[in-house]
Amino acid sequence: MSTTAAQKGGLGAAIWDYLTTVDHKKIAHLYLVAGGLFFLIGGLEAMLIRIQLMKPDNNFLAAGLYNEMITMHGTTMIFLAAMPLIFALMNAVVPLQIGARDVAFPFLNSLGFWLFLFGGLMLNVSWFTGGAPDAGWTNYAPLSTTSPGHGVDYYVMGLQISGAGTLIGGINFLVTIVNMRAPGMTYMRMPLFTWSTLVTSTLILFAFPALTVGLFLMMFDRMFGAAFFDVAKGGNVIIWEHLFWIFGHPEVYILILPLFGAFSDIFSTFSKKRLFGYSAMVFATVLIGFLGFMVWAHHMFTVGMGPIANSIFAVATMAIAVPTGIKIFNWLFTMWGGQIRMTSAMLWSVAFIPSFTIGGMTGVMLAAAAADFQYHDTYFVVGHFHYVIVGGVVFGIFAALHYWWPKMFGKVLNEKLGKLAFWPFFIGFHLTFFIQHFLGLMGMPRRYWVFLEGQGLEAGNMISTIGAFLMAIGSVIFLINVVYTAVKEKKADGDPWDGRTLEWTMASPPPHYNFVQTPLVRGLDPLWVEKTEGKEGMTPAEPLGDIHMPNASILPFTMSIGLFIAGFGFIYQTDDKTWLVASVIGMAITFGSMLTRSLKDDLGHHIHKEELEEDIKKGVGK
Amino acid sequence: MSHEDVLNPKHMPHDPEKATLEGKNKFLAFWFFLGGETVLFASLFGTYIALNSSTAGENTPEHLFGLELVFLMTMMLLTSSLTSVYAMYHMKNHDFRKMQTWLAITVLLGLAFLGCEIYEFLHYIHEYEFTFGSSAFASAFYTLVGFHGGHVLFGLSWIVTLMIRNQKRGLNLYNAPKFYIASLYWHFIDVVWVFIFTVVYLMGKVG
Ligand code: HEM
Ligand SMILES: [Cu+2]
Repeated sequence: MSTTAAQKGGLGAAIWDYLTTVDHKKIAHLYLVAGGLFFLIGGLEAMLIRIQLMKPDNNFLAAGLYNEMITMHGTTMIFLAAMPLIFALMNAVVPLQIGARDVAFPFLNSLGFWLFLFGGLMLNVSWFTGGAPDAGWTNYAPLSTTSPGHGVDYYVMGLQISGAGTLIGGINFLVTIVNMRAPGMTYMRMPLFTWSTLVTSTLILFAFPALTVGLFLMMFDRMFGAAFFDVAKGGNVIIWEHLFWIFGHPEVYILILPLFGAFSDIFSTFSKKRLFGYSAMVFATVLIGFLGFMVWAHHMFTVGMGPIANSIFAVATMAIAVPTGIKIFNWLFTMWGGQIRMTSAMLWSVAFIPSFTIGGMTGVMLAAAAADFQYHDTYFVVGHFHYVIVGGVVFGIFAALHYWWPKMFGKVLNEKLGKLAFWPFFIGFHLTFFIQHFLGLMGMPRRYWVFLEGQGLEAGNMISTIGAFLMAIGSVIFLINVVYTAVKEKKADGDPWDGRTLEWTMASPPPHYNFVQTPLVRGLDPLWVEKTEGKEGMTPAEPLGDIHMPNASILPFTMSIGLFIAGFGFIYQTDDKTWLVASVIGMAITFGSMLTRSLKDDLGHHIHKEELEEDIKKGVGK
Repeated sequence: MSHEDVLNPKHMPHDPEKATLEGKNKFLAFWFFLGGETVLFASLFGTYIALNSSTAGENTPEHLFGLELVFLMTMMLLTSSLTSVYAMYHMKNHDFRKMQTWLAITVLLGLAFLGCEIYEFLHYIHEYEFTFGSSAFASAFYTLVGFHGGHVLFGLSWIVTLMIRNQKRGLNLYNAPKFYIASLYWHFIDVVWVFIFTVVYLMGKVG
């Protein structure tokens, strides 16, 4: 079908194919490439920050540029790198793990991607149009409302657009997992990665609208003369902080939970054991998701909410350490007595356990509200969240990419290079961030442009910068590995790791309809169940027959580009009202595309039984 | 069997909106979406409650609001919810004509509501010089009520589009879920209005 068309038509057709695709596997590629690119941009920004802080009173970056750099680093890494890379994994894996041929809403899946991409582009355009946002990734008012220029406006519009994409993606995965599971795939047989995707999607659904509202208020204040954060007119800047963190704390669990799921699958596969305490793991995931909504004000201990509110939020925050601890122990017990294979995926996963645990411990320290008055807004906090985000999320993404790369691209990433990338990154990570806790305790505030000589901060900052270079080296080796593997490695078969779950039951990469016949699931780790009974593959749950597939469409792309254009209109109409024309045109493109979508029936197409039989002869069905 | 046959069965099932997998998916997704919308409006209500006394020495809620018009608007929107229930009742009985009629009545009531709201806003602006940037309270008021009004407008356009699009071909298993979730959306808008009526207008007048 579409793939063969692309092969015939060359580059142009391939590009068109990706612009219009609704296939979850190709959308995964798009997310991976875009997220990877933003990861490199964010990484570059981090290197510039670390060079500036390499020595006291440095003048490598001007003060204003430094503010833009830290703001864009945080915003890019969270919204434009980590989120899409997670969506890449969810898209590549979840439909396969539940035995589905695609997600519930392939069209919306594509829309979610393009919204994210255009939102991300919008944010980064600001570098070239007079300055990036500079009020920190948390964008607190009144720093943000009074920031001159258009930087913060780009933050508002960019995140609004990409946030809409994330919300759509979340709803899509919720419905996919609830409605599209193969026969026999009960909730308590779902792999942990699917479980954590389900919980994460719920968090997205209930957390992102708070950010949406916060961004609207910010937009109205900055661009349309509202007074939400204007104290002279009775406004209240704390509202932003609440809305931001009601979104922001769940967001950190949105980031980590999918990787918790990936680690669970990886530990179990490479220990050749079923996951220890499966139901406890599911319970802990759900509990973390639930508690994640109860703790946002631990970011605001120093705002002046009073001792009672502070105490409640402190205790609630510490409570999250309990389900997290359950998970840590279950991973350890999964490995205990297993036949462990130290592949690259496993290496990243094993390294994650102590790294993340350190981050959890500093988290509990921060949760002690009285002590947080000392830690808050120092490098201690920077150390904490990089331990959980890099040691958890980034390690997890590397582990998951090594694990599922063969399923996504049909080749196993080179193991030697994989390990070669790991070591500098791992060592560099601890060099960079461990020392930052102590810098913080010594009084070094976060987000300051320079530090002074003779206060004992020189050595620590130097070590931190050296570590950052090691992490950069590790990342580059990983990139080299990607290219090397694409050129040199031979094709992998469907099940290179002796896997346990459904994604390993078909060829790598899978045919675009995933399953020739929907499989019948007979237990947890369904493929393993069949293997232990000496069977080759899954028992089909249906006879061979026509398969219904969705049609490709360019409309998601046009809808998103419309909002992109409209965004510029909104930003610049504050200078010159004629820019509103751009908003009108942009919105017309978006709503016109929506109208087209509504008016034109999209019934999809069928892949006929004869085609499938051909494919089986070619060996795709395995 | 072709798509056409599948989507236009000889005997329409009792719940045509949930007879196909696509329909089931839409139905579930829309409930999730309304969950997100709930958080959205909850955030707006929270903001409004935090700011409704921040009038910066200008117009207060008590001073501004008149309950007569708002009561009328409430009645219109509540009735329109009822008429959309009738429409769905006829959909389940496969009576396309009657469904369209009741939807049309729903749309008319919605339009009347929207007209009143626009009048109300203009009234505040012209008679009281109560504009978007007058005070934090003004911003919060126009944002909360305006978001709701925007939802009404979107809902109306959506229902009208569906009515026109399917005018000729009648009900089938492809468009039934679309009609159904549009009516769900309409109910949601109605529920939000009940809260606005209470929190903004009643409490504004009494508190
Ligand atoms: C046991 C679990 C955790 C606890 C008890 C905890 C506690 C805290 C506390 C109290 C703060 C506020 C510190 C301050 O600003 O003074 C904080 C900041 C932060 N935490 Fe955690 N945390 C935990 C896990 C995580 C995880 C898993 C992530 C992300 C994957 C995360 C990401 C962050 C981020 C990004 C910030 C800083 C935000 C900012 O101000 O820019 N935390 N944490
Ligand atoms: Cu938090």
